Amino acid sequence: MAKPSRALHQSSGTNGRRKLALVASKGSLDMAYPPLILANAARMSGIDVEMFFTFWGLDIITKKKMDKLNVATVGNPNMHPWFGIPTLLGALPGMSAAASWMMRGEIKKLGFPRVPEFIKLVIDAGANVYGCKMSMDMMKLTEDDLVDGATVLGAMEFMDLTDGAQIVFV
Amino acid sequence: MTLDILDRVSFDDDGFMVDASAWTEDIGQAIAEALEVNLTDRHWQVINFVRSDFEESGEPPTLRRITQQTDVSMKEMYQLFPDGPAKIAANIAGLKKPTGCI
Repeated sequence: MAKPSRALHQSSGTNGRRKLALVASKGSLDMAYPPLILANAARMSGIDVEMFFTFWGLDIITKKKMDKLNVATVGNPNMHPWFGIPTLLGALPGMSAAASWMMRGEIKKLGFPRVPEFIKLVIDAGANVYGCKMSMDMMKLTEDDLVDGATVLGAMEFMDLTDGAQIVFV
Repeated sequence: MTLDILDRVSFDDDGFMVDASAWTEDIGQAIAEALEVNLTDRHWQVINFVRSDFEESGEPPTLRRITQQTDVSMKEMYQLFPDGPAKIAANIAGLKKPTGCI
């Protein structure tokens, strides 16, 4: 038994307030959700969040791509048990689209938003969202290509921002 | 003075009320003070929704549900309850700790 107090709700880290740094490096539909769910859960727990989207992870915050992420049906070790699609058949045309459609349906059933809405949600929740400068240069993207609220950041600047944070690489 | 009211209420280890039916607005006010939240009409609107939704479903509503069922936006929820909107609202409303992850 504990009387309610503000301290019970505050997650403190070694350097004061607890902070979570998430690095999202993959842009498939199944790998877009883990960083978003963790970011949202952290903010709901009163933890500061910095999110760094790099390489294929950039697709998650790129306006033109974020709503069209797909599940890979070839070379994805989780494919067989969950979808029942043998690897060889996964190579057939339309298989990835079908698996993506199926996963979007399951996500919707759980009451989770689609990727564009989810990104807006975590930004509104106060998570800071950054696009990796080097990856953006490589893919010829500018800040205008990113979702509203996201900014461009170099990897070293991200290191400065995440001093003392717990880092999760997805 | 107002905090004394909490001495007569049972809480779990996380500071959430054990018996939601024992809640009164005065208890809610006292819990809010303990959490350093200054309750406004907007806070009460959320708290009242959280309680009525709990009475229907038996579970404290998720944050997403609160923002979908009331006119309080996600941004405003974090302004009202900066330490964690869904759990602080449930705490003040006398409910158990929410478990939903969205």
